[in-house]
Amino acid sequence: MKKTAIAIAAVLIAGTAGSSAQQKPAVDTAKIGAAIVAAFPTAPADWKSRFEQDETMKECSIHENSPPKAVADAIQKREKARIEYPADGKLVGDWKAGERLAQSGYGLRFTDYPARNPNGGNCYACHQLTKAEVSYGTIGPTLLNYGKIRNFSEADTKAAYEKIYNAQAAYPCSNMPRFGTNKVLTIDQIKNLVALIMSPDSPVNK
Amino acid sequence: MNKGLIILAACCAAVAAAPFALAQDETEKGVEKYRQMLKEDPWSNPGLLDADRGEGLWKTAAGPNKVSLEKCDLGKGAGVVDGVFAELPRYFADASKVMDLETRLMWCMEKLQGWKHADLVKKPYPAGGQPVKDLGAIATYVASKSSGMKYAAKLDKPEEKAVVDAGHAIFFRRQGPHDFSCATCHNDSGKRIRLQGLPYLADPKEAKQVIGQWPAYRVSTTQVMTMQHRMYDCYWQMRMPELEMGSDVSVALIAYLTKSAEGGEIAAPGLKR
Repeated sequence: MKKTAIAIAAVLIAGTAGSSAQQKPAVDTAKIGAAIVAAFPTAPADWKSRFEQDETMKECSIHENSPPKAVADAIQKREKARIEYPADGKLVGDWKAGERLAQSGYGLRFTDYPARNPNGGNCYACHQLTKAEVSYGTIGPTLLNYGKIRNFSEADTKAAYEKIYNAQAAYPCSNMPRFGTNKVLTIDQIKNLVALIMSPDSPVNK
Repeated sequence: MNKGLIILAACCAAVAAAPFALAQDETEKGVEKYRQMLKEDPWSNPGLLDADRGEGLWKTAAGPNKVSLEKCDLGKGAGVVDGVFAELPRYFADASKVMDLETRLMWCMEKLQGWKHADLVKKPYPAGGQPVKDLGAIATYVASKSSGMKYAAKLDKPEEKAVVDAGHAIFFRRQGPHDFSCATCHNDSGKRIRLQGLPYLADPKEAKQVIGQWPAYRVSTTQVMTMQHRMYDCYWQMRMPELEMGSDVSVALIAYLTKSAEGGEIAAPGLKR
């Protein structure tokens, strides 16, 4: 623990010219990774993967979510290849189940074990979806009338599935979780969320 | 007809917008009114009860060594409490480490009073509705003794700069099943999660307004929450394991945020939703 601290300090001292909180520092990401591991000493064995970053997380972190074009293109290509589709080819599930998922932020926090509920999508935390729900966040764009605006088209339904499954395939370094790729939500759950925004009878489009 | 539709649409949009704006306004207005009342009558802040308790604990002999913390050096000499919080985090040569207030208090409790480190980092934060634990109460007391001052931690020693830079990198480090980093919620202005407003902490202007309010009395959990506890709770939300109090990650983030808030006024204990 102490050793790690000294190591970080030593490595970081070498590359620091400015000290403004605003300047992007030159840091050794391996040392930061080691500090992260050391900071959570009570993590259960099967949580250790949460410390690790895949290539996309690494790039988005280093570039503070504004990757240069070449990096963005590479992320998009890589993440697109990681999208899996339903075996039966049907992308639209049940919007009512989708609404419940959109309301729920349950799942994967250290107080959520053993699991008492399925993981939620917590869409309302960041998006406006229905007129009825006034408690919504604004980190993401409003999704009010999402399907209606797009004439409920097949192409947009597929694009919606892909955005929920892996947002970074559409928007590299998006703030939105890669729900399908990271196994936060199942394919069936994602279909229900697609239904919520793309069904003509969903309150999103009323 | 078309024109009529457009006007109708505009009206509908306005009507639809009204309830959420209202709901958000009401919450914010309520807390703002509470803050105003506290300014007019500073003694009405429930967090001051914990600051008082903290003062008592600071002066009371405790731990296996049965000594008080009055020999603890928080950066301006042994026993000095006034104004020390305004100059933390800082590098402490005796520990060869940069420390924030809580980490330094923990160090003193270990070195002076003889508590075991493992015991100090075990369950350091209260459950909802329970009062802040002893170390947090002492931190609240010490922070309150810099209230009204401006953040003036220089953080210009090489060791300190390195820690601020590490905090900056950690602020943007994405990890866990949701790909979250601190920046996911705190790297833009005017955003909110559900109805809760989110400060843009990488921006000195916004950091100055909020960082100095910690430790803060939280109306929603009826308890004082310290800055280390705040970091722990954010990582819980980020789907990470339990962040250890005084860990290099927590200290680095606090150093980065404090640097971002340099020159901002300290109003601790503050008041939060």
